Amino acid sequence: MNDTTAIRHIGQPLRRREDFKFLAGKGRYVDDVRLPGMLHMAVLRSPHAHAKIRSVDLSAAKVAPGVRLVLSGKALVGKIGPIAPNWVIPGSKVPFRPVVATDCVRFVGECVALVVAETLAEAYDAVGMIEVEYDVLPAVIDEEVAIREGAPQLHDNAPDNITTIYKVRGGDYQNAAREADHVIGLRVVNNRLIPTCMETRAIVASPEPDGTLTVYIGSQVPHMHRRWIAETVGIPEHQLRVVAPDIGGGFGAKMHLYPEDLLCPYLARELDAPVKWWESRSESHQSTSHGRAHTENIEVAFRNDGKILGLKVETLGNVGAYLSNMASGGPTVNTINFGTGTYKIDNYEAISRVVVTNTVPVDAYRGYGRPEGAYIAERAIDAVARYLKLDQVEVRRKNFVQPAEFPYRPYGSMGVMYDSGNYQGLLDKALAAFDYDGRRSECEALRGSGIYRGIGVAAYTHMCGMAPSRRLAMSGFDRGGWESARVSIDSSGRATIYSGSMSQGQGHITSLSQIAADVLQIPIEDIDIVQGDTRQVQAGHGTFNSRSMAVGGSSVHVSSQRIVAKAKKIAAGMLEVDEKDVSYSAGAFSVPGTDVAPVTFPKVARMAYVGHKLPDGVAPGLDETVFYDPTGMGAPSGIHLAYVEVDPETGIVDILDYVAVDDVGTLINPRLAAGQIHGGVVQGIAQALYEEVSYDPDNGQLLTGSLLDYAVPRAEHVPNIRSHFQETPSPTNPIGVKGIGESGSIAAPPCMVHAVLDALSPFGIKHLDMPLTPPRVWAAIQQARTGASR
Amino acid sequence: MIPAAFDYVRASSLAQAIDLLRDDPDGTKLLAGGHTLLPALKLRLASPELLIDIGGIAELKGIEISETGIRIGALTTHAELFASEPLHGELPIFRQAASLIADPQVRNRGTIGGSLANADPAADWPAVVVALQAEIEIVGPNGHRSVAARDFFTDIFSTVLEPDEILVSVHIPRPRTGMHFIYRKIRHPASGFAVVAIAVGVRLQGGAVDQISIGVTGAANHAFTGQHASDFLLGKTLSRDNIDKAATLLSETTECLSDRYASAEYRANLIRVETRRALLALSS
Repeated sequence: MNDTTAIRHIGQPLRRREDFKFLAGKGRYVDDVRLPGMLHMAVLRSPHAHAKIRSVDLSAAKVAPGVRLVLSGKALVGKIGPIAPNWVIPGSKVPFRPVVATDCVRFVGECVALVVAETLAEAYDAVGMIEVEYDVLPAVIDEEVAIREGAPQLHDNAPDNITTIYKVRGGDYQNAAREADHVIGLRVVNNRLIPTCMETRAIVASPEPDGTLTVYIGSQVPHMHRRWIAETVGIPEHQLRVVAPDIGGGFGAKMHLYPEDLLCPYLARELDAPVKWWESRSESHQSTSHGRAHTENIEVAFRNDGKILGLKVETLGNVGAYLSNMASGGPTVNTINFGTGTYKIDNYEAISRVVVTNTVPVDAYRGYGRPEGAYIAERAIDAVARYLKLDQVEVRRKNFVQPAEFPYRPYGSMGVMYDSGNYQGLLDKALAAFDYDGRRSECEALRGSGIYRGIGVAAYTHMCGMAPSRRLAMSGFDRGGWESARVSIDSSGRATIYSGSMSQGQGHITSLSQIAADVLQIPIEDIDIVQGDTRQVQAGHGTFNSRSMAVGGSSVHVSSQRIVAKAKKIAAGMLEVDEKDVSYSAGAFSVPGTDVAPVTFPKVARMAYVGHKLPDGVAPGLDETVFYDPTGMGAPSGIHLAYVEVDPETGIVDILDYVAVDDVGTLINPRLAAGQIHGGVVQGIAQALYEEVSYDPDNGQLLTGSLLDYAVPRAEHVPNIRSHFQETPSPTNPIGVKGIGESGSIAAPPCMVHAVLDALSPFGIKHLDMPLTPPRVWAAIQQARTGASR
Repeated sequence: MIPAAFDYVRASSLAQAIDLLRDDPDGTKLLAGGHTLLPALKLRLASPELLIDIGGIAELKGIEISETGIRIGALTTHAELFASEPLHGELPIFRQAASLIADPQVRNRGTIGGSLANADPAADWPAVVVALQAEIEIVGPNGHRSVAARDFFTDIFSTVLEPDEILVSVHIPRPRTGMHFIYRKIRHPASGFAVVAIAVGVRLQGGAVDQISIGVTGAANHAFTGQHASDFLLGKTLSRDNIDKAATLLSETTECLSDRYASAEYRANLIRVETRRALLALSS
């Protein structure tokens, strides 16, 4: 019998169920964890980008008031560490990374020593009393400089500062270049960013009376943190409980293993007391992972009509001083695998070098590699349009992968497959919403009166929810691609769902409830979601790579289906009919075409627990756990359009309009989906116009050490974003979702750059690197004017 | 981070604050709105022995408008300067400038006295008080003195204030009928401070400039008055050509700061562009 759903929750723009506590100020973050007898850790950080540590004098700090323990790196040798990456591309050279530096520091901000004291003030006071003598060494900051001969070397086992070389090839680029009418080259910089979270990192480790250890940490990946902390500190994993309470943003930065994540658990056990550490904002800038930091050299071969025949890419990914958690995977698999974007480019040749420098380690940040990959494809095709003086939209249309070609493997790739999509459909919808033709005429008309407006277009696709597990082995990713969900029905028919995903603001309590409510057919108020506690949630991988609906949501869907399947067996027994005659509709089990009185879901749940009348072979209880391992990955796509005006006298870019049309598969909650697009677009606009980490190239000092220098956009800096969707369900999972979290930050950077370049086209400006700050735009106009007058 | 330990006294009168301050001027800091001081303490860039909270001193508060002029107490917050209707009636530039300072939270705490005494080269009020030809009232162990705003700022974060002196108030002459002021600011996207900001006041009589004053901030080591440009325009009409010449003169006579965000050339350009735009607005 086909089951039907009376109320469909998927697709409804429900308001977030979790918001009341946040709006009422009742969120509970790590800093709200205040335990009796809790001690405080403070860290002394390196003031040098590269130096030998000659001596560390802890004597004054040790006798300072309130101090319980002072340690330098040497005291930890052989006890905890090293910090090992979790994703290691085969063939990579992994530099040794101690938890606390022992004989050499390699970036400003690296841990050199630590203090545990009774109050935080005492801990900071004592940190100020530690004397360290350094022999300063030459530092290297820039990835292009780092691979040159004679550059300062960071690690003995990584000659030329290169840890990883990764190549992708399809077709024959050299032949394509020969056959092409034109070949042009461009060098683009993907600027280094700080993944700014409202809540900085924080951790409390607390020894429990039974000998176990509880660790409270703002983590996107609580179960992964449990494994990493257990393995690196030497604690049996089952005796470690990791609790991730409410989190004020993650964006990728809270899914890595940091020194403090290991120090607090170690010190709590040593001192037999809870130990807390939290990160100040300026500390965060120099100790939490950065994002992006690539230089790409691109060559594109194309015909007179705009058809691209081949693409060649050389990527240098700056990963900072050590290989952080996923660092060898970002500039490689995640970037150059996606370098052809939404376009059918059969001849592709790409190489990525992963480069260490004397900077903060670089790791995942919203999109991780896919923004860099899309930036390659998009800047290349925009350059083609500009070179041929063709319309930027028409050149894209000419090169798009066609709807009938899905599932599509770009350049014959074995690793990349786009499951579904309709780029033409997206484009048409976007152009109509934007009024492209009207705006294009407006731009042309206004240029005559000295008003410089421009339109930017960007298309993207990528893959979400890295899976299946067995495929991850090939790329050296030391984790699975599955997610787990346990649906536990109580005797009243209400559900508690234990999900291995981990919300950091995405709204999982709402979206996962919607998925479950459709299958279970119970009121959404009767569903609770539990995340972020390894003692409660059986297993999981957490939230990253836009995976939580496609993989986490599917696991909730499948486990809910198993609940209904079992409930149906029990109902059949209660109804005294054959199971196959039972239909489940609107929360009740009935036998269609008969006058047998239906039994409701709560009554079946009650029966499951009293167990008085269960059919043979059916065990009591109504509780199902699923480890869902997807067969493939969904590929979201989108077209974004921006309309800008550039003031040529000040270089200020005013964003007049922004339209996003995204295909993220089935929409579970359009309101939350639009919110994800808005947030991602803002971070993408931020990369394009505002944000950039700066280091002094000579001495490696971090120049954007605080939010006084590092420009995170405010409301006044971003436009009203108009978000629309096209739903092409993914065939790779039972709910048809693809993934949405990273879409905005992938599409917006090239979209914004193209809009500004379009506005500046009368000046003959063909290239600018992000961020397009007013001084930078103004300088480019000055240069173009000077050049033109020569 | 959190500050190093310090002693704290909340002064109840100006006299008490002066007494406390003179004991150890170099080891003491005055706390008004705290929006520069507290971050410096937290980062341990400043570690004073004693913090004197002057927030409760009545003599430092209030906006008074009299026949002769306007007195603004040092403790007046940016938000109060924004909100004051009588002040807005006299000098709308206060609301205009206040609205461009940071965000509402900062405006609710930060004070004009703190801004002036701190003398951040990119702060807003210095340009405004220079353009308004204000007098800064100061009190110290030897009593009161008064300094013209244009002479008050001496270098980056430096003023004529002695370590044992307190900025009490700002005195502004009542604007003459027909005098109009405007404030234009290009904000740094991170700090919200001025990359360059210009306060300009003009009075036109019979089509010619009868009175003019210009204050500039963000561009150089400290706020300054655009005297060359003012002298040039005095007695002339605000024609497009005269405006361009004055703006260029001001730009070319300024030795601009250069930093990671903006070059000296860019700042000089902003002086020219923003001065021109301000004067154009005042010409109509």
